Amino acid sequence: MPEQKVEAAPEDQVESFQRLARAQLPRLYAIARRLCGDDAEDAVQDALLKAFERFDQLDDPDAGPAWLARVLVNCCHDRHRHDARQPAEIDFEALERFSLYRKIALEDPFPYSDSLHLDFLGGFGREDVRAVLLMLPEHYRTPLVLVHMYGFATKELASLLDIPLGTVLARLHRGRKLFEQRLWDYAEQTGMLEEAPR
Amino acid sequence: MIACKDAVRQLWEYLDGTVGEADRAALEEHLDRCRRCCAELEFAEELRGFLAGNADDDVPPDVMKRLNTTLEELSADDT
Repeated sequence: MPEQKVEAAPEDQVESFQRLARAQLPRLYAIARRLCGDDAEDAVQDALLKAFERFDQLDDPDAGPAWLARVLVNCCHDRHRHDARQPAEIDFEALERFSLYRKIALEDPFPYSDSLHLDFLGGFGREDVRAVLLMLPEHYRTPLVLVHMYGFATKELASLLDIPLGTVLARLHRGRKLFEQRLWDYAEQTGMLEEAPR
Repeated sequence: MIACKDAVRQLWEYLDGTVGEADRAALEEHLDRCRRCCAELEFAEELRGFLAGNADDDVPPDVMKRLNTTLEELSADDT
């Protein structure tokens, strides 16, 4: 006898969705904070409502967390689409030449340190890292955040954002370089490079 | 042998495994002979770990409460 797909009763669907979403709220909120900044809560709210509307399209319950994250990424992306601000101009030639490793070695901000580069990174708290990420234009920040912080595959991202894989890889490359450059800028601007008195 | 600037440009992609075969061979030949670029490669690995290690967030209780309220108010009629 052929297998029949058993449709869940609507009440079960509500409960299943609530269970899935509740478990994912911390991750969704963390992703949204890094993609949308202060709009994070609104983006998660949008994503919950949109995902619930389409929950009957989810065939594989194990794919629920990734599916929910994809809905959220689209909500964050839509929010930026409505943002008409022009991104600040970036000098890509200078960016390609920039190396955070060499900048730290050259400037030597902590002359008494035995592990200069690690001490530099150690000065950044979670909120500092988030602030640096939010300094990046959205189209460079999104691939960087999703690939390196939340384990998205580049092919998955290309499909999700509806852009060619080559574009994702190029944006990821520039996003990493920009992130390195902005880490240094942020450290300089916030006084992190001033060594504590010995 | 490729120059340091060309090697450094590809370090993250090398760690991702997305560098083509010929470029990877040229990069590895460079890394075999250049201690500074090896150190840059190690730092690139540190930076990847640094990003991954800063992915979590605490949801403020008031935000969590509002999001949970949204979930509780969902009903079968909304699907």
